[in-house]
Amino acid sequence: MIIAIIIGMAIVTMIPRIIPAFIVDKLQFRDWINSWLGAIPYAALGALIFPGILSVIPEQPVIGLVGGAVAVLLAFLGLNVIIVVIGAILTVFLMTM
Amino acid sequence: MDTETADAQNTSPSLHMVRKGIATGFPIMLGYLPIALAYGVLAKQAGMSITELTLMSVMVFAGASQFMGANMIALGAGTAEIVVATFVLNFRHFVMSLSLMNYLRHFALKWKLPISMGLTDETFAVSALHTDEAKKEKGSYFYLALILTAYFAWIVGSFLGGILGDVIPEQLSQSMGIALYAMFIGLLIPSVKKHWRVGLIAVIAMGINFVCSQFMSEGWAIICGTVLGGLSGVFLLKGDEQ
Repeated sequence: MIIAIIIGMAIVTMIPRIIPAFIVDKLQFRDWINSWLGAIPYAALGALIFPGILSVIPEQPVIGLVGGAVAVLLAFLGLNVIIVVIGAILTVFLMTM
Repeated sequence: MDTETADAQNTSPSLHMVRKGIATGFPIMLGYLPIALAYGVLAKQAGMSITELTLMSVMVFAGASQFMGANMIALGAGTAEIVVATFVLNFRHFVMSLSLMNYLRHFALKWKLPISMGLTDETFAVSALHTDEAKKEKGSYFYLALILTAYFAWIVGSFLGGILGDVIPEQLSQSMGIALYAMFIGLLIPSVKKHWRVGLIAVIAMGINFVCSQFMSEGWAIICGTVLGGLSGVFLLKGDEQ
């Protein structure tokens, strides 16, 4: 029974992912659609960061916010993504001591 | 860096792109391992066998929906219910895939297909912010290597979580929960430094997602934030595209 669930989940996850691969070269988008699609990564990043980051420690949303602020700071200094990630993990770790 | 130029000259372009893809995908690996371990532990507790929970990672490769699936299995939910909920939660990948495939439209289908199959929030975010490689020779190797790095970490992590159980101390695994958020921030900020309007698009998307999440499911709220937030880019990025 679990196998049926896995197969079902795999199909409904895969189909939306692969459809664009088949159709994109058959379509010519207008300029505004191209700039819309070009802005999607930044919008997606925004939507993926907030409010999700508040639930890192669900009982204390402020910890996620502080960790995020540290990440913003480190990234603004031009540090590598790995350092940004490790810095944020350390911040949360210290705040939950 | 000297090593990188030397590397580019002495090795084949394909190998160079594969290495670059693995290096670029490394932060995703770092973020995925603890989450995959946690998924493995949860799925085991939900009554799934090691084979089943690893197979789910191999076939579904979508973190949030796998957590949800394992939870629903534990609660005894029906197949149809779980599958529909998965569809809703993962439909956002359609929008992301459309955006990425539009950049990679000149790739052959034999490359676009596996790249799109491996699209997650994280592989999309990293790929879409590294679009220069798409124009380079053997660029497809870069994206595929990046995705396989993440995929490998996800599968191995789930498997290990299933057999080892809770090996990471709780405080550490809890702290590592911020890893992917920090990675998203680390990806976004360099673009904001170049074009501040990009940051405005992200903030608009955050606001829309936040408002929508008050009265709809997480999946739909992220779609609304992404689609409508992206639409603001049509006006905000006018003129200074690229």
